[in-house]
Amino acid sequence: MASGAIVTVTGLFKKFKDFAAVDDITFSVERGEIFAFLGPNGAGKSTTIKMLTTLLQPTGGEITVDGNDPANRKDAVRKSFGIVFQDPSLDDDLTGLENMRYHAILYKVPKDIRDERTAELLKFVELWERRHSLVKTFSGGMKRRLEIARGLLHHPKILFLDEPTLGLDPQTRNHIWNYIKDINRQEGMTVFFTTHYMDEAEKIAERIAIIDHGKIIAIGSPHDLVARTNTTSLEEAFIALTGSTIREQEVSSLDRMREMGRMWRRQR
Amino acid sequence: MSTIYILWLRQVKKYFRARSRIVGALGQPLLFMLAFGFGFGQVFRQAGQGDYIQFLGPGIIMMSVLFAAVFSGIDLIWDRQFGFLKETMIAPVPRWQIMLGKTLGGATVASFQGLIVFLMALVIGFRFHDPLMLPLGALFVFLVAVIFTSFGVAIASRIEDMQGFQLIMNFLVMPLFFLSGALFPLQGLPAAMEVVTRVNPVSYGVDGLRGALIDSSVFGIATDLLVMVVLAVVLLAIGSYLFEKIQA
Ligand SMILES: Nc1ncnc2c1ncn2[C@@H]1O[C@H](COP(=O)(O)OP(=O)(O)OP(=O)(O)O)[C@@H](O)[C@H]1O
Ligand SMILES: [Mg+2]
Repeated sequence: MASGAIVTVTGLFKKFKDFAAVDDITFSVERGEIFAFLGPNGAGKSTTIKMLTTLLQPTGGEITVDGNDPANRKDAVRKSFGIVFQDPSLDDDLTGLENMRYHAILYKVPKDIRDERTAELLKFVELWERRHSLVKTFSGGMKRRLEIARGLLHHPKILFLDEPTLGLDPQTRNHIWNYIKDINRQEGMTVFFTTHYMDEAEKIAERIAIIDHGKIIAIGSPHDLVARTNTTSLEEAFIALTGSTIREQEVSSLDRMREMGRMWRRQR
Repeated sequence: MSTIYILWLRQVKKYFRARSRIVGALGQPLLFMLAFGFGFGQVFRQAGQGDYIQFLGPGIIMMSVLFAAVFSGIDLIWDRQFGFLKETMIAPVPRWQIMLGKTLGGATVASFQGLIVFLMALVIGFRFHDPLMLPLGALFVFLVAVIFTSFGVAIASRIEDMQGFQLIMNFLVMPLFFLSGALFPLQGLPAAMEVVTRVNPVSYGVDGLRGALIDSSVFGIATDLLVMVVLAVVLLAIGSYLFEKIQA
C-alpha cells in the first residue's frame, strides 16, 4: 500500500448469485488524484463504487477508504466522501433548496458555510432562480446539475462521480469540470469518476483504469494507454483494449472461450 | 438532533404538499361515520348501548390514524424506488436517528389526520365529556401513530414492492382494525372473538381513546396506556433494527 493512497482495493470480488460483477480487482488511488474508471456497460464500475461507498457488501477482498474499511467502519468512511450517483437520488417532492438543505444538515455543514455555499453552488449550476420549484418540475439536465451541486456541498476528501455528466450539454460539462478541478487543486480533494465520454476522461483524468467483465485490463495515464496500444487517442485505445464493438460479430477465439466459460459458470 | 429534525420536517412538508391525499384520506372515515353512525344508530340504541355516534367516534379516529401511520411508514418503499433512500443511507449519521426522525414525522402526520377526523366527528354530532382529558386522548392517538408508523417502516425495510404491501394491508392491518372494538363493544363477544380482540394492540388504543373522550373504558386507562407505551418502544426497536439492515 502506497503511503499516499486514499483508496486501496485488493483482490476485490462481488458476486450476484454466481455471476461475478467485479472479479478480483486491485488498484489504488492517490490522495489528491483525479482518477477515472472507464469500461463498457455492465463492466462493474458502479458496483465497485457502491462497495467503496458502503452501499454494497463485497463478496471478498479488501478495501480501505481514507484508512478505513467500508464494511466495518461505515461511519468513518461515510464522513470522508461525497457522491453523485449514476441513478436519480433526489426527492422530487421537495424543492431544489430543500434538497440542498437536507444534505447539508445530514452532513453537518455549519450554518453560515451552508447558506453561503448553497447559494454559490445553485448559482453556479444555474438553478438559483428555480430554487423554490419542486424538483419534479425540473428537466433531466436540471436534476443532474442539482445532484452535482449537492455532491459538492460538503467539501469531502474524496468525491465519487458515477457518470456525472450524463445528459448534460457540452457547455455545462465543461463548466462543471472546471469547478471540480478547482476544488481538486485548492483543497486537494480526490476525484474518482466514471464516464463514457472519452474526451472527458482524456482531458480530466490523471490516471485511468479500464475495466471490462469485472476485471481491470489496463491502468495508467491517458498518455500511457494511448502509447501502450499504439493508437492516437484514448477512444481508439479504449476500443483496442475492450474490443466491445466488434465482439458480437467477429468473436475472437479467446473471447469465445471466455464467453463459454462464463455461460458454463452461470449455468452451474 | 438536527438529523431527527430534518427527517421529521421532510415527512411533514411532504404531507402538507399532498393536499389531494389528505382530502382523499378523509373520505373513508367520513363515510364510515355517516353510514355506520346513522345506519346502526337505531339498532345500537335499542340494544341499550346508548348513542352509537358517541361510541363510534373514537373508533373512527383511530382507524384514520392507523391507516395514515402505516402509509407514512411504508412510503419508505417509494424512497427506495425513486432512489432517494441512497442519499439518506450513505450520510454519516446513525441509522437509528434516521429511522426515529422518519417515524416521528410519520406519526405527527398521522396524528394530524386523526385531529381532522376528530373535528369532523364534532360536526356530525360527537361530543367529548371533559376538555381536560383531551391531552390524554391526543397521547393515545400519538402512541398508536408511533406504533404503526414504526410497523410500516419495519415492513418497508423487508419488502421490495407494492404487492407485498397489499398483502400486509389486507391480511394484517384490515383485520387489526375490524377486530379491535373500533366498531362494536368488546363486552359479550363469543369466546374466540374475545381472545382475538384482547391480543390485538389496536383494541387498547381505541379503548384508551374512548376512556379519554367519552369516559368509557373496558380495560382501564392505565392498562391501555401501559400496553401502548410498551408497544411503541418495542416497535421502534424492531423498526430501527430492520432499518439498519437495509442495503440500499
Ligand atoms: N443488484 C444486482 N443484482 C444482480 N446483478 C447486478 C446487480 N447490480 C449490478 N448487477 C450486474 O453487475 C454487472 C455490473 O454492473 P454495474 O452497474 O457495476 O456496471 P457499470 O460498469 O456501472 O455499467 P454502466 O456503464 O452501464 O453503468 C452488470 O452485469 C449488472 O447486470
Ligand atoms: Mg454504472
